[in-house]
Amino acid sequence: MSDTYVSLVNGGLGRSVATKLGLPRPGVLRRHTPDAPLAPGPVLVLGTPASTEADAVAQLLLSADGGSDLDVRRAAAGDATRWGAVVVVLSDVVHPSDLAAPMLELSGVLRSLAPGGRVVTISRAAAASDSPAVAAARQGVDGILRSLAKELRAGSTANGIVLSDGADLGAPSVLAALRFFLSPRSAFVDGQLLTVSSTAGTAPASWDRPLDGRVAVVTGAARGIGAAIARTLARDGARVVVVDVPAAGESLAAVANEIRGTALQLDITAADAGATIIDHAVSRHGGLDVVVHNAGITRDKLLANMTPALWESVLAVNISAQLAINEALLASPAFTHAPRIVSLASTSGIAGNRGQTNYAASKGGVIGMVRATGPLLADVDGTANAVAPGFIETEMTSRIPFATREVARRLNSLQQAGLPVDVAEAVAFLASPAAGGINGTVLRVCGQNLVGA
Amino acid sequence: MPRSPQTPTTTPRPPASPTPDGREAVIVGGNRIPFARAGGAYADASNQDMLTAALDGLVARFGLQDARIGEVVAGSVLKHSRDFNLVRESVLGSALSPQTPAYDLQQACATGLEAVIGVSNKIRLGQIDSAIAGGADTISDAPIAVSEGLRHALLKASHAKSLGARMKAFASLRPADLAPATPRTDEPRTGLSMGEHQAITTATWGISREDQDALAAASHQHLAAAYDAGFFDDLVTPYLGLVRDANLRPDSSVEKLAKLPPVFGTSLTVPATMTAGNSTPLTDGASVVLVASRDWAQAHDLPVLARVVDGETAAVDFVHGHEGLLMAPVHAVPRLLARNSLTLDDFDFFEIHEAFAATVLSTLAAWEDAEYCRTELGLDGPLGTVDRSRLNVVGSSLAAGHPFAATGGRIVATAAKLVATRAAETGQVARALISICAAGGLGVAAIIESAADPSGQPGSGASADEAAPATGSDGAW
Repeated sequence: MSDTYVSLVNGGLGRSVATKLGLPRPGVLRRHTPDAPLAPGPVLVLGTPASTEADAVAQLLLSADGGSDLDVRRAAAGDATRWGAVVVVLSDVVHPSDLAAPMLELSGVLRSLAPGGRVVTISRAAAASDSPAVAAARQGVDGILRSLAKELRAGSTANGIVLSDGADLGAPSVLAALRFFLSPRSAFVDGQLLTVSSTAGTAPASWDRPLDGRVAVVTGAARGIGAAIARTLARDGARVVVVDVPAAGESLAAVANEIRGTALQLDITAADAGATIIDHAVSRHGGLDVVVHNAGITRDKLLANMTPALWESVLAVNISAQLAINEALLASPAFTHAPRIVSLASTSGIAGNRGQTNYAASKGGVIGMVRATGPLLADVDGTANAVAPGFIETEMTSRIPFATREVARRLNSLQQAGLPVDVAEAVAFLASPAAGGINGTVLRVCGQNLVGA
Repeated sequence: MPRSPQTPTTTPRPPASPTPDGREAVIVGGNRIPFARAGGAYADASNQDMLTAALDGLVARFGLQDARIGEVVAGSVLKHSRDFNLVRESVLGSALSPQTPAYDLQQACATGLEAVIGVSNKIRLGQIDSAIAGGADTISDAPIAVSEGLRHALLKASHAKSLGARMKAFASLRPADLAPATPRTDEPRTGLSMGEHQAITTATWGISREDQDALAAASHQHLAAAYDAGFFDDLVTPYLGLVRDANLRPDSSVEKLAKLPPVFGTSLTVPATMTAGNSTPLTDGASVVLVASRDWAQAHDLPVLARVVDGETAAVDFVHGHEGLLMAPVHAVPRLLARNSLTLDDFDFFEIHEAFAATVLSTLAAWEDAEYCRTELGLDGPLGTVDRSRLNVVGSSLAAGHPFAATGGRIVATAAKLVATRAAETGQVARALISICAAGGLGVAAIIESAADPSGQPGSGASADEAAPATGSDGAW
């Protein structure tokens, strides 16, 4: 499961050989540890000349809610600082020509970005109702961000926050998303634009334990990504119910005992699965706030060779079960306290994958489902979102033949595969109370995979 | 449920024998590992490994990580001498708090049930408010001892003070002393195996081969159907890759069982009827049950499936008397029923351990026999008839297997879920009678009955979406 190539080209002889030969040299990603700072250096906030919105973002990062551990600056001042992150505030651009000043200023500091550094843009969504020049400027940010992400090296990433509808810079989810992108929690998220569409959401009492007091259910939690999600939600303070099929009960129990949660052996395709989950969470933990639909199966076959059993089993587990459970959740009075649904999609559901028509149908289905489910939860400050993992080091991907796997690992801007915990971090972020303004969206955790971007 | 036994009598029944001061021992739930055939999936697992796994599964199911439980009581029948603190060692290896006390208990095949009764009594006395009872047994990892001759020589040598004395100690050894002594399940006082003892009883009661095979087939079919219906989803946690009981044959049938040759009673004057199919195979496994006071369960937001009403242990004189080795439960049950003012008609479920199909059938026949009940049990007439549609409705030992000390925990947890489910359906108290025979002419019986929270709060075991039905219309508890 470990990527020996990454360690090889990041040390001593391997580094110089790889550099001389022009081989890909993926950086070592900065990942969450309990005492690590949010950013690996000072945070520079750039914007259009005399931008009050850039000032506002700087103030936000310095505020109590922003976490007082940050060194935030508004000017580069020509020193030799290694920047931990650069936040580029472009929310007030009204013409493409407005992009020049902040982007060229960013250009001047890019080479002093620390390893594992971050560039985060903040912009507004281009809408058909905007004036053409405004829409052009706003949409231009999208292109900038995606290109810049491909230029960064040494484990640095670039991601964007897009304000839409009623959201403004003061929306709690803007700060939450900003902190997520700056932090090591977003290690394998790259080249992504995350839309904040409302002012819903509340900053947590502690950014270290944003899920304190919340009860979460994770399906498919016996191993791999599901187990990582359960661990991460528990680390963030949640009481976690881990769910998996009875046959996976041994490792499920081990996960439950490790994170001090409870194990629920359950076939999620059972007709009463939703009621069983709600009953367990409510009776044993006093409520239900977060449901993570992670359980999924693959039964790959070219469509020309597809059988009813292969098609139907994948659709039943990966999407029909989620729809049925969500129906029970939406009808339950227990699931009304700023509830969160986070569902696992896949890049296959976005870009397609040969031999995976059934799987892609289910994962595309997940994306459609959260888009339509999100609004149904908005009345109770709830959200439904999806996380789409790219190539992740799991038991499943470790069975891919060596050469194919080596190639697949390098096919993204970070030139390496993600870890299960990278997916889990994105899930935990979307499950947090502060992410209430992010609804119906898909967040990709793929290192900016070249496929389907 | 694989088969729907008749609904209980329509008149609401008051709960049996209310505890004088209202203190109850309630069953929260249970956990076991699937039972493996000897030399199978658990060939390399020790009793401690299996008991620890069963405990850890229980901890995971009920969120008991680092909990200090009042007491853990369990045991095993085939036990290594090094496992003198088997249960305490298992607790230390589990996710429970290391401050959880434990002790080993052993009463042959009744170990698990006796443990449940023992901890329930402590809970009802107020000495503890939570407990885990159970057992583990392995045939695959059974102790093998040295012969008596070698053992004496080794002991003598270890006490010897000189080389010469040591040499002398070994000089008395004979080649035969070097053969290991394998564990035996034969009765020490008769030299007969349990199967041979039962064969005598089977012949005495004239139990037919057909009836035995039918009971065995039903056990397999009921257990398979219960697995398919998800009944064991919250009772069993897979272990070492085994997901269901290895002995289970879902396609078992009377026709297939009829083809097996008899293995016990072949030297009797009547035709032998007991085969490998209608006798329980040697098995490895472990089971545990979480028992608590109602307050403790509620304080920990845990469900309450049933309460332990009462238990009774009997012993028969199978050595010099004329009673069968495995007939002690036949004596225990009438005493238990009389003390609780109950009859066989007052039970929704009968869980009679299937040591052999013939054991169950001999038991039922004895209770229906007026002469026997008068002379042997001191009753006025027959004890009564067990409604066969209420007997071992989700299978029993013939299908699941019988790792001696683990059977009690399996049966108690199963019965507790059965009565809780029935009570949730009918809104009335549901009751189960448990009976387990054991080596040495021992037998233990117990009564449990549904005990959903009268206030209908979450944790009653019933679906929170539906109003929990009132339990016991008289509201006496």
